[in-house]
Amino acid sequence: MTTTRPTSTQNLSLEKVLSLFIRLAGYLSVLYVSLICLFLLKEGLPALREVEGESLLGRVWYPIEGYFGILPLLMGSLVVTVGAALIATPLGVSTAVFISEVAPQWAKEVLKPLVEILAGIPSVVLGFIGILVLSPFFRQAMNLPTGLTAFTGAVLLGWAAVPTIASISEDALNTVPRAYREAAMALGATHWQTIWGVTVPAARSGILTAITLGLGRVIGETMAVMMVTGNAPVVPEGLQALFLPVRTMTATIASEMGEVAKGSTHYHVLFFIGITLFILSLIFNITAFALSARKIKRSERLLS
Amino acid sequence: MVNLALAWAEQYQEIHPEVRLSVTGGGTGTGIAALINGSVDLANASRAIKPEEFEQAKQAGFMPVEFTVARDAIAIIVNPANPVSQLTLEQISQIYRGNIKNWKELGGEDRPIVSLSRETNSGTHVYFLETVVRLNNKKDKSIFSPTTLLLPSSEGIIAEVRDNPNAIGYDGLGYVTPEVKVIAVARDAESPYILPSVETVNEGIYPISRDLYIYTRGKPSGIKQDYLNWIKSAEAQKIVSQLGFVPIKPMP
Repeated sequence: MTTTRPTSTQNLSLEKVLSLFIRLAGYLSVLYVSLICLFLLKEGLPALREVEGESLLGRVWYPIEGYFGILPLLMGSLVVTVGAALIATPLGVSTAVFISEVAPQWAKEVLKPLVEILAGIPSVVLGFIGILVLSPFFRQAMNLPTGLTAFTGAVLLGWAAVPTIASISEDALNTVPRAYREAAMALGATHWQTIWGVTVPAARSGILTAITLGLGRVIGETMAVMMVTGNAPVVPEGLQALFLPVRTMTATIASEMGEVAKGSTHYHVLFFIGITLFILSLIFNITAFALSARKIKRSERLLS
Repeated sequence: MVNLALAWAEQYQEIHPEVRLSVTGGGTGTGIAALINGSVDLANASRAIKPEEFEQAKQAGFMPVEFTVARDAIAIIVNPANPVSQLTLEQISQIYRGNIKNWKELGGEDRPIVSLSRETNSGTHVYFLETVVRLNNKKDKSIFSPTTLLLPSSEGIIAEVRDNPNAIGYDGLGYVTPEVKVIAVARDAESPYILPSVETVNEGIYPISRDLYIYTRGKPSGIKQDYLNWIKSAEAQKIVSQLGFVPIKPMP
């Protein structure tokens, strides 16, 4: 057996240079994220020293008078994110199922790019639509005091998350081997029985990954929520809180970071909120990664 | 004040094309912080500089100098369909503290009150907090009710008040449009109810009016001095009235 060797020295050095470049790019990405993380910690951890723990987790957020309770902001972000997930998941997964399993070929070629275009709508445009169209509509239709609520924010963000969820779920559904569908049909299952009983469960981890990534995008959304949720720092209590105004962590950082003096307590607390957001996004991303890793192992087992 | 600053800058650059002026918005707090950081030469402010900010400026190596460049009134606005037309300062204070929750307590319809405000970085917000919510009482530590909606811009407030019959909001007179209804305000239950206008503000009878300032790093000279002198002139003060603010008495 002969060993293969590059036929010229030029190929060898080009390959070395390229692989060095790629390695460098990879390490740089890790470096950037680590630097951001360190910066956040450096500027945010002093908040724990400067504000007592229990007042930091307090219920009143009014920073210009020294009230730094982040509980309303944390709960506000969570309510809007969970609401958006509840709206986007059925819509996103159904869209993916439709594109992947039901639509004829010509429709697939039109719909997939359209969904991608929806993903590209800037959030400020969404906020605009929300404040001028959705908010008055919800106020009148549901007889609310105001249309600027967590619900409006959730609907808008749900709409923004649907393309992410649909796109990744559709890829997951495509990866399910034809053999599964053919086996189900051979056993006498109808098209719908195959879809919901066999294909979707087989793509389960990929779909869960899609949902988690969609959530990760939603929790970091700033402009749209700033324009439609009312930004009132109340702690949401009970189901009716969904239809009342809330204030998210992202909107708080965006509105207030401009006015803070560098190094002040308010500045440190805003970075602390940034750390909280970073940790939540990290949790979402690690969950998505863990789920997709599980999927690889399972398909390897089943198809080997 | 950003509309005013932009209009002044535009006009001045037409007369003096060799001068470059760039204006950014962000609220009084943002402007003063930028002046202290050294990233701007002039900070427009719709409230006076705070003692802490003054200290920070001294630590950064300069004394901020204050110039009164215009006046403003804060208008209280409601939806045009709202039957309520006049309120005392006390009533407005109670509304924004969250103690009065329904329009029927003020003689209006049976509707919940939705109070709107500017964000905390706005000079208008701080001015309203001191003058209306706390009724100028320095010892009062009340704050806005947490259910107050904090909207990121004046346009946001106008859009919501115009559309929502439950809403009450406030903003500088310069930002009020004919689509919303302005409330006449009285200092107390015995005083007359006054609508805000150029006349009532200059006469000093409208209860919620304030001075607008520009702060500089130390005493200004050269181009900055020329610009500030021009702002006090009749030509620049005409722009002030055109934008719905109240002009100061022009320099002779």
